[in-house]
Amino acid sequence: MAVSKMVGARVKRVEDPRLITGAGTYVDDIRMVDMLYGAVVRSPIAHGRIRRIDTKAARERPGVVAVYTAKDLQFAAPLPNAWNLTGIRVTRHDPLATERVRMVGDGVAFVVAESRYGARDAADVVDVDYTELRPVSDPERALRKGAPNVWDNAPGNEAYRTEVGDRAAVDAAFASAFKTVSLRVVNQRLIPTPIETRGVVARWDRGLEQLTVWSSSQIPHLLKTNIAGVLGLPEQKVRVIVPEVGGGFGCKLNIYAEEILAARAAMLLNRPVKWIEERRESFASTIHGRGHVHYVEMALSREGKILGLRNRFIADLGAYAQVNTEAIPTLANLVLSGVYDMGAIHSELIAVYTNLPPTDAYRGAGRPEGVHAVERIIHAAAHALDMDPTEIRRRNLIAKDRFPFTAKTGVTYDSGNYEANLDLALTVSKYAELRAEQARVNAGGTHLMGIGVAIYIELSGFNPSGAGGGIGWESGTVRFEPTGKVTIYTGVSPHGQGQETTFAQIAADELGVPFEDITVLHGDTQMVQYGMGTYGSRGTAVGGAALVKAIDRVKDKAKRIAALLLEASPEDIVYDQGGLYVGGVPGRAVTVQEVAGTAYLHVDKLKNEIDPGLEATATFDPTNFTWPYGTYIAVVIIDRETGEVKLRDLFATDDVGRVISPLLVAGQVHGGIAQGVGQALFEGARFDENGQPLTGSLMDYAVPIASELPAYVLAATETPTPVNPLGAKGVGEAGTIGTTPAVANAVVDALQQFGIDEVEMPITSERIWQALRNATQTKKGGRR
Amino acid sequence: MTKSIAVTVNGTEYRREVEPRLLLVHFLRDVLGLTGTHVGCDTSQCGACTVIVNGEIAKSCTIFAIQADGAVIRTIEGLARDGKLHPIQIGFWEEHGLQCGFCTPGMIIAAWGLLKHNPDPTEEQIRHGLDGNLCRCTGYQHIVNAIKHAAKIDSPADYVLDGPAPRGGRK
Repeated sequence: MAVSKMVGARVKRVEDPRLITGAGTYVDDIRMVDMLYGAVVRSPIAHGRIRRIDTKAARERPGVVAVYTAKDLQFAAPLPNAWNLTGIRVTRHDPLATERVRMVGDGVAFVVAESRYGARDAADVVDVDYTELRPVSDPERALRKGAPNVWDNAPGNEAYRTEVGDRAAVDAAFASAFKTVSLRVVNQRLIPTPIETRGVVARWDRGLEQLTVWSSSQIPHLLKTNIAGVLGLPEQKVRVIVPEVGGGFGCKLNIYAEEILAARAAMLLNRPVKWIEERRESFASTIHGRGHVHYVEMALSREGKILGLRNRFIADLGAYAQVNTEAIPTLANLVLSGVYDMGAIHSELIAVYTNLPPTDAYRGAGRPEGVHAVERIIHAAAHALDMDPTEIRRRNLIAKDRFPFTAKTGVTYDSGNYEANLDLALTVSKYAELRAEQARVNAGGTHLMGIGVAIYIELSGFNPSGAGGGIGWESGTVRFEPTGKVTIYTGVSPHGQGQETTFAQIAADELGVPFEDITVLHGDTQMVQYGMGTYGSRGTAVGGAALVKAIDRVKDKAKRIAALLLEASPEDIVYDQGGLYVGGVPGRAVTVQEVAGTAYLHVDKLKNEIDPGLEATATFDPTNFTWPYGTYIAVVIIDRETGEVKLRDLFATDDVGRVISPLLVAGQVHGGIAQGVGQALFEGARFDENGQPLTGSLMDYAVPIASELPAYVLAATETPTPVNPLGAKGVGEAGTIGTTPAVANAVVDALQQFGIDEVEMPITSERIWQALRNATQTKKGGRR
Repeated sequence: MTKSIAVTVNGTEYRREVEPRLLLVHFLRDVLGLTGTHVGCDTSQCGACTVIVNGEIAKSCTIFAIQADGAVIRTIEGLARDGKLHPIQIGFWEEHGLQCGFCTPGMIIAAWGLLKHNPDPTEEQIRHGLDGNLCRCTGYQHIVNAIKHAAKIDSPADYVLDGPAPRGGRK
């Protein structure tokens, strides 16, 4: 490996100049001659039969070109769902509802007009008659006898049931326990809320019979394959271009109805069609995340050893199976051992349909839910045993010499040194001083102080194909141009993560080419070889690994060409910092730029022994997930009288394996922390009993703002993973997973003296005030 | 029904016929093609559409284009001058103040409004100064650092984009 210059250095992003000057192109920035605008007519009720759709008034409006309902549009297949889990009751998801609507926001018609406002106006006058059906808007109520069925073929609303671990071993552990603790932990529905909503532009080329779709997506190639499948087009006639994407967080890892509708309309009308999601619309028509209720219990020895973990949880799938809706909750089961060596584990998952928007991948996707349950119950265990929450954790950590470690959930952790990470977090946070301060604050006065600890683990670097539908691999191409400049094509689809920078850092070091001579391209299926896209903290851990393989191959070819030019054997050629020389004779050398020029423009020198060109493609399929982890410590201050809660400190000590770009890794952790705090304190998608959204816009759904968040303190340990050649584990979701339980534990830590052992998230001032009031009244001997 | 308006944007005067209900943000984006100003919500929470109107920042989704008749407007496209990035843009680049970049134009303009009136803000003042702007990627910390960075390298002239200098106050 070359001497590292760029990798590990603080590098300014190459993406930024265009983005800070307003020169980036997002989907809504695309304008075309003759372009039309689409708008979706959506159901205002959560459950009902469509009796009649009258589109006359809409069609008669000026500038309206077409109004489509389900019966006007033909498709080769419904919207895809990537998973067919064992025993699942399979549902069907059409681009427009056919006979029945199953959630507020279900699409029933698609209006196309000459202008943005004109399409919206027309959508408002499409008249739909519904026969209302009783909806169910809560996953636990959906399982009760007599609940309305969201799907006729899923009576009782149970989609599937699955389990991990050993029930008998857990029962035995609980029977022999010194102490047991239990909690009901709600992991509320969240709305991903990238600041750019979704959007599509579709154009049909009548001459080429080719469809081009620009979409704000995380998965250009998978989108291309699936658009071809749903529309019944030959795949080579579909091109997807993903331009700048204004955030995804998992919600753009999907195949959505509007991508299909805009494409079909463009084909039928032979004009480009743009559809841009409005924010209020987005809250109903883009997937949600989380939506679990966990009943978690822990059995403990007198010394605080975890003898058993028992968990049963209900996962709210919503009304339809989007691409990963069914699979996401199962990931929670895979993190239930946390960073701990547990005696026994058993967990049962019951997945449920409701008349709410589908849940799917939202930053962390199953892992935050599982980790939250573990980290909340271990906090409760510490309290029950009167131990410090860091001490009980320390006593159960998997020792560093036990990797690879196979947990009782059946998964195998790659590498780790958990105790060193915990120790660093205690040092950085000055934990002992915090506890001393807490004792002073809580002794009296107007405020309460709470300190919360969480150690998260996640399976990351999605994914070993054997463990996930056979599609976990990634691709990379390195092409030297004849001038010696380098173009990299990656199958991942970064949208803020910064791989245009990090991949150039890696290539600059490995190829010995100036950083500014390298351009990283992605997102256009006609330009880039097939790849899987960006999700599951995989960009660098899997896409970067493919890139490293491609780099090795292109260097091998450069060596063979250099050997010809220098009249030496390829094995004797040393590739060092962009120069190739004969080992031991540094004077006999060529530059890689000279080799590139020869490879394309002086091919006679290759003497027909080597194929022209200097380019290589490689794919990488990891053998295991990577397992990042970290210790998070949160400090909250609560106003005793009003319940107002303020997050004062957040210390994050992550181990994400080898770090390519420290500045960007910090950025990823920061963003994750903010979303984690959002779940703990502010965010929650709420619905009434009729399935009507109560948090239907950004006026009601509280995305954290700058003044609600503290300055985070970051520290890191670095334990490389053996799973990929970079040693990088992935960092995209880390902060989200560690923060939520740390903050929730901090609140409970402050309130525990009043007998409060759980406050439902989002932990608002109102909920704390209510909990304190209830606790005080209970103490006084019951309510009035 | 349309109405004729004249608006100066980034130093260029435009005369256009517009529907009375056309929002300023859609005028800038769809009529003038200045797509650097973004739309992130429909309730004026996100601030992605923040621009400078007559020397003060405003959310361009809260103004009809016809209300801007006669106004002098700066958008993100007009912030760098003579090929040189504005100090706030430099701050965002240096401090990794953006990831996906979608909120960034609004954030940069909001920071301009903050620094125009408060040349040396405290961290708390910066955070409150951003309360009208949402970012989902950065957790705000690097944005705060970016604005601190800008406050160290800027000069009063950086806050006089159109018309006379603001009176008093600037360092």
